[in-house]
Order: sequence, then C-alpha cells, then structure tokens
Amino acid sequence: MSGRLSPGIIVILALLAGFVFAAAGADLLAHNDPLRQSLLMRLRPPGTSTATTSYLLGTDDLGRDLLARILYGARASLMVAILSVSVSLLVGAMLGLLAGWFRGWTAILVMRFVDTMLSIPAILLAVLTVAVLGPGFLTLVLVLGLTRWPRYTRVAYAQTLQVVTLPYIRAAEMAGCGPVRILLRHILPNIAGPLMVVATSEFGLMILFEAGLSFLGLGVQPPYPSWGSIMAAGRQYVQRAWWLTVFPGAALFVLVLCVNLFGDWLRDRVDPQSRSR
Amino acid sequence: MIRQLAGRVGQAIVATFGVLTIVFFIMRLSGDPTLLLVPEGATAQQIAELRHALGFDRPLLVQYVAYLADLARLDLGESLVQRAGVAGIVAERIPYTVALATGALLVALGIGIPAGVAMAVWRGSVLERALAGFVLTGQSLPTFWSGILLILLFGVALGWLPTSGADSLQSLVMPSIALGALTMSTFARMTRIAVLDELSRDYVTAARARGLSLRAAVLRHVLRNAAIPVVTIAALEVGNLLAGAVIVETVFAWPGIGQLAIQSIAARDFLVVQAIVLFVSTVYIGMNLLADIAYAVIDPRIRLEQ
Amino acid sequence: MTAPALHVDNLSLAIGDTVVVDGIGFSVAQGEVMAIVGESGCGKSITAQAIMRLLPPAIRHVGGTIHLGDDDITAIPERAMQAIRGRRMSMIFQEPQAALDPLATIGAQIAEALRQPLSRTRPAVQKMLEEVGISDPGRRIDQRPFELSGGMCQRVLIAAALISRPTILIADEPTTALDVTIQAQILDLLRRLAIERQTAVVLITHDMGVVADIADRVAVMYAGRIAESGPTEAIFAAPRHPYTALLLASIPRLSDIPKSQLATIEGRVPTPAEYGAGCRFANRCPRADARCTSETPKLRPIGPARLTACHHAEAMA
Repeated sequence: MSGRLSPGIIVILALLAGFVFAAAGADLLAHNDPLRQSLLMRLRPPGTSTATTSYLLGTDDLGRDLLARILYGARASLMVAILSVSVSLLVGAMLGLLAGWFRGWTAILVMRFVDTMLSIPAILLAVLTVAVLGPGFLTLVLVLGLTRWPRYTRVAYAQTLQVVTLPYIRAAEMAGCGPVRILLRHILPNIAGPLMVVATSEFGLMILFEAGLSFLGLGVQPPYPSWGSIMAAGRQYVQRAWWLTVFPGAALFVLVLCVNLFGDWLRDRVDPQSRSR
Repeated sequence: MIRQLAGRVGQAIVATFGVLTIVFFIMRLSGDPTLLLVPEGATAQQIAELRHALGFDRPLLVQYVAYLADLARLDLGESLVQRAGVAGIVAERIPYTVALATGALLVALGIGIPAGVAMAVWRGSVLERALAGFVLTGQSLPTFWSGILLILLFGVALGWLPTSGADSLQSLVMPSIALGALTMSTFARMTRIAVLDELSRDYVTAARARGLSLRAAVLRHVLRNAAIPVVTIAALEVGNLLAGAVIVETVFAWPGIGQLAIQSIAARDFLVVQAIVLFVSTVYIGMNLLADIAYAVIDPRIRLEQ
Repeated sequence: MTAPALHVDNLSLAIGDTVVVDGIGFSVAQGEVMAIVGESGCGKSITAQAIMRLLPPAIRHVGGTIHLGDDDITAIPERAMQAIRGRRMSMIFQEPQAALDPLATIGAQIAEALRQPLSRTRPAVQKMLEEVGISDPGRRIDQRPFELSGGMCQRVLIAAALISRPTILIADEPTTALDVTIQAQILDLLRRLAIERQTAVVLITHDMGVVADIADRVAVMYAGRIAESGPTEAIFAAPRHPYTALLLASIPRLSDIPKSQLATIEGRVPTPAEYGAGCRFANRCPRADARCTSETPKLRPIGPARLTACHHAEAMA
C-alpha cells in the first residue's frame, strides 16, 4: 500500500508540477511581454498571429498577450499562496504549541482569540483590512497570512495536548531537554502531519482568496497580471471576448481542483481513519 | 440546561465583543482613520477639522470606549460621503442580500443534501463517483468564474436569464447558483459523512430486522439522526453565504450589502464597510448560537455540553 | 415429527475469496431454544445475520440453503424477504441501546414491526410492553431509549421482535452487555416467551453458562465450522469434542474460584486466512495427532441426536 502512488495522484502531481513550472519559467515560456500594450491588437481572439508574433490565447482590452499574462498570473497566485500559507502556518502553529504546552490561562486566551477570529468571515476580514491598508502584494500576503492562522492553532493545540502526555516526552523532559527543544524537536514533528493537511486545504483557499481579492481590485494591482484581475477586466467584455474570462478561470479552477484532490489524498495518508469517509 | 444555555450566550457575547475590538483596531491599522472617511481631494485643514470632530485625536482608549458606547446604542455613525446615517444605508441593502443568501441556501440544501444521502446510501456505485466529481467541482469553482460562465451561457448565448440587476425573481437564479455551489459541496460532504455514520449503527440493522426496507429505515430513522450535525453546518454556512455575497453581488451587479461594501471601499466610505463587517459577523455568531439551540431541540439527549 | 421451523443446510459465507463460515448446518423446532456457541470470530454472528439476510456488504453468501418452513429464503427477492423480517423471523441484538433509534420513541419503533403507525396499534404495543415486564407501559411507550436502562431496552427489543408472533427469533448475544442479575431476568423472559408462543429461538452466545441456563440444544462452532452439536444436557454431561470439553472446563461454577484456576485454552484461533487441511482445532488440542492435521474430521453422528467432528470422539466416552 504505502509507497506506491495511484495513477490518479500521479496525474494530480504532474498537473501541480506543471503549474509550478509555468510560474517559475514564465520568463522563458512567454514569448510576449505581459505588460506591453498594443492598441492595434485589442481583444483579438485566440490563435491570432501577426508578422512578428502570435497570440495563442488572444489579447486583452489593452492588446496584451493573454497567454503571457496567464503565465505570470500563475506566478502571482502561487507566490501569494505559498507566502501567506507560510505566515499563517508559522503563527498558527506557534500559538497552538504554546497554548498546548502551557495550558491554563494561556490556552484560554489563545483559544478565545481563535474563536473570535473565526467569527469574522475570512473574506470580509481580508477585504476590510486590505482596504484600510491599501492594496499591494505585501499587504495581500500579510493580510491573508495574519487572518487565516486560527485553523492551524486549533489543530496544533489539540494535537499538542495529546502528544505531551506521551511517555517519551516525559522521558525527554527528565533527560534534561529544555521546553523549546522539546517543543521543536519532539512535539512539532509529531503534529506536522495534521498541520500539513490543514495547510493544503488552506493553500487552495488562499489561491481563491487572492484571485477573489484581485477580482475586486483589492489584490495584485494593475498593470501586473493576476488571474483575478484579468477576469475583472474581461468581465466588461464578456460578450465580445469570452477568452478573457474563460482561460484564466479555467487555470484557476484546475489548480484549485488539483490542490483539493491532493489535500484529500494527503488526509487519507495522515489520518487513515478518514479514508472510509 | 438553562445554565449551559446561558454559558453559550455568554460565549457569543464574548465573541461579539472580540469582533468589535478586532474591527476597531483594523480601522486604525493605517495610523489615521480620518483618512479613510474623507472624500478624495480634501485639504489638510478639512482633514484636521474632521479628525477633531470625530474624536480621532483623543487617546486610543477613549476612542475605544466611545466606539463601544455608540455601538451599544446601535449608533453606527454618519456617512460623510452620502451624508446619511450608516445604519439606514446598510439596512436598505440587507433585504437583497437576504434574498440572495436564501436563494443560495435553497440551491445548496436542495442539491447538497440529496446528493450526500445518495452518495452514502449507494456507496461504491457509479452514481456515487459521479456525484463525488460534481461535489468536488462545486468546491473548487471560484464564484466569480462560475458566475461569469453562467452569464455567458444563460444570459448571453441562450438569453434565458437577465445578466445582471435585481428586477425580477429570474434575476436571482444565476447569482443563487453561483453563490450556493460551494455551500452545496459542503452540505453534500457533511451529509454523506453523517449518513454513513448512522447507516453503520445497530439501530439501522435492527429496523431492517423488523421488516423495514433500507429506504424506509433511511427515511424514518437515519435522516433524522444525520440531520443533527448537518443543522450545525447549515447555520454556519449562512454566515459564509453572507460573506461570499461580496464577490457574487459584484459579478451580477446585485444591489446587496456585498456590492455596497465594495462600492463603499471605492468611495472611501469606511464607516459603511465597518458596519457591514460588524453586521455579518454578528449574524454569524448569532447563527452559531442558534445552531446550538437547534441541536438541543432536535436531539433530546444533548444537554448542551460545555 | 413435523418439519423444523428453521433448517440451515451446508451454509457457507465468504469475505472476498476467504471462506469464513464453512458448510454449517442445523435445524430448530418450534418452541425450541437452540444455542450456537463459540469464541468471537468463529462465524456465529454472521451466521445469524445470514439467516436474517442482513449481512454487511463485505460478506457474501457462497453456498447452502436456509429454509424457513418450506421457503428457501436464500432464493427469494429482497421484497419478499422484507415481508418475512419482523413477521416470521425477528432478531434481538447485543447492545440493546445501540439497536434502538435514539430519537424515536420506543412505542413507535415497536409499532414498526406491525407495519402500522403507533396511533393505531397503541393498545397492542402497550400490552406487549407489559408482557415483557416493563412497568408503567402507558408512560414508557412514549419515552426514548436514553430514558431507559440497558435491561429495559433489551425488553423493548424483545417486545418489538415478538409482537408479530414470528416463528423464529434470532438472539445475538442478548445478555452480554447487561449486568449479571439482569442477564438472568432476560434469559427467563426469552425462555418463557419461547414456550408460550411456540417461537423457535436461535441463541448466539460465547457463554456456556447462558447455554446451560436456557438452551434445549447446542451447536458448538469453532473457526467457521460446527465442532459438535446435540442436546444441551447430553453435551454438558459428556462432551464428544475436545474443544467443547475445554469450553465447559472454563465456566466458573463457584464464585469463589479465583480466575487463575479456571482452565484456559492455550494457543489462539487460526484466522480464516490460515485455515488449511485438517482439523482447525488441532493446534490447540491436547489430543491432536498426525491424522488431525492432515484429514478434516467430518461432522458425524455419535449417540442419539448428537453429531461431532472429531477423530477422537470415541476415545472421549
């Protein structure tokens, strides 16, 4: 069973690798500048070619190459998701570990804070915060990262409570290990699996949030491409230029679908009990 | 029972208080909230006057107490952009969002619950696989994309439904589907798990041993037991639907509070945005509480444990 | 002699390709209590489920017949089987509280066996509750399982099982989850109702003490096969299979015998995957010899109404 990968998961991993490759190699893969405008070439359909270049997926309302913008958009999407998941994982896991280690008032305070954060719908919290601070790449990462940590905290807290009671933690304590060492060397590796499961499902959400906020004009700012902002611009031309919304949306959908499928697969591995579910 | 219920209400109050506090600090993250409230192009003197008039030059703690005091009187402030009370501006839009959320909830419940039950009852069948694919699609579809695709198909290509606005009940169809898709997936997944859980219990075998068909056992016993966890999810999903309205309302130009929030950000009318966040969060907390109470009503065993 | 109420012949059940119940057979007459006794995993519970045709999806019926009167219920459509369950054949379970829908009143659940809503069958249900020894049935009828004790829940299940006067009652470890004093009451109740209503009872148990209390006849199962069967008294007096003998030796007869002095059977039951040629008890049997590990002992008559599947049965007399 273990060690062997089913064909399904291989396809998913290959697609995910393809997205990473597209994002990382956007400079090489795109043969047009994603920012270069050409008023003569506005809203050209997919497959248009000129004497000098071709537009495989057509052009947008400012005559920019859609394929190039989608490739660079993948970069924005993945960068925001990776960075913001890292921030929230770090913050959330640390708070959960501390709450689980100290218990008592620390735990009550931290977990009440978690409950409160979870009472504000995430997308609204992000919209409000980005709007207050003004949009931008760094703001986006920090806002998503600092609003999405509570789920990690819940998991880290519950897992830590379980792990600290195990005999080997007591043994490590008696062997003279300090609390920091025990937390990082002995407890963290034991709770990493469930945290990764949360991280994967959050990764999919972050991609959707980035696109959503960019769609609303609160994410990646023009002229830099993001799938969400390409679609926001394309929405006005939906009757004349369907490709502006269909292609970036499809890329977004497939990426999120792959991440979700990967997350399901990972959860089955980490928590075999949920397999039958 | 009463004591535990009081405890739950207490928790909800603490959470509401926490939300108010978080929003208070977010509004001051930029350093000077005055700048969030003035129309663009205001002079430095106008800004300074406004800052004083709104009390933003007072110590933070004083501002905080004043903020809580205003909210306790349900005073949400005055929009400087629209020169009208914020409460009125938001209240005007609420019915539209409620209509949209109701439509989406109907879509989600109407498709998600039967799909979940079917996936559990016909486990391992082709139908289950097909439904699982459908559910996964709903879960991964960005609402703004599915919204635009719906417009392309039913609005532009087929011309069956209006592409935007809120002129008729038909206008509600596409936004409800777009908004309800994710919630539908959540319901289907949760219902499937809950029904599978119940199907494995002895009382199902016992009911069948009394001569009930599987169908009758599901209808008479399994569904009611499985409803308990699903009801909780339903209450929480209402909050998510209100929040998701921000994007869907923008796509379909639906005049609810979601569209209002985005318009108000563009117009630098942040008291309105703040009011909307507070409103949705309060509803969310309220629904949570309602779910706990509903739990106790459906399930006589539950004594609202801590 | 009339036809038996239930006749199981050469029944085999499998999980995937692994045969877990291997050609067992027995019959039960009206008003008789027949016990199937064995350790957990010997296949006795899935035999009970097979008789009700309520096997979990993973387990398949691969051979043999089950006759209820003249009908072979392995060969009838599910709809006809539904008409049989609860009317001609009923079942009670090991965990009475788990076998009742926690949200439905006990009256409504009993009424299901009558195929009519409680509003129309109330007097009959109330009378049945009284018959199974539930006091204040007029109040209890509208209560839910969590308001009742485990013993009372088992009485409720018995009421639901017997209200349609079935010819067969399958009782799957009906007293295992109950206190000792309650156990005896429930067994008495089963015994009394079986005689009064001429119901044939198939009692599934791991407890030889329970067998001694109420069974007329007993079939001892080991690793998916019947080791020995016959009248309870005869078997208790002189077991003709070493496994039965060891099971009997492990019953605590006096409460003051310390547990450590009870005979325990050494070794462990083979798993279905390990079933091979020969007697499946051979690895734990004090009498095992070369023949036992090579030649499967057939179930054969030994004495009046008795069968055994041991090469050494004669030597045990």
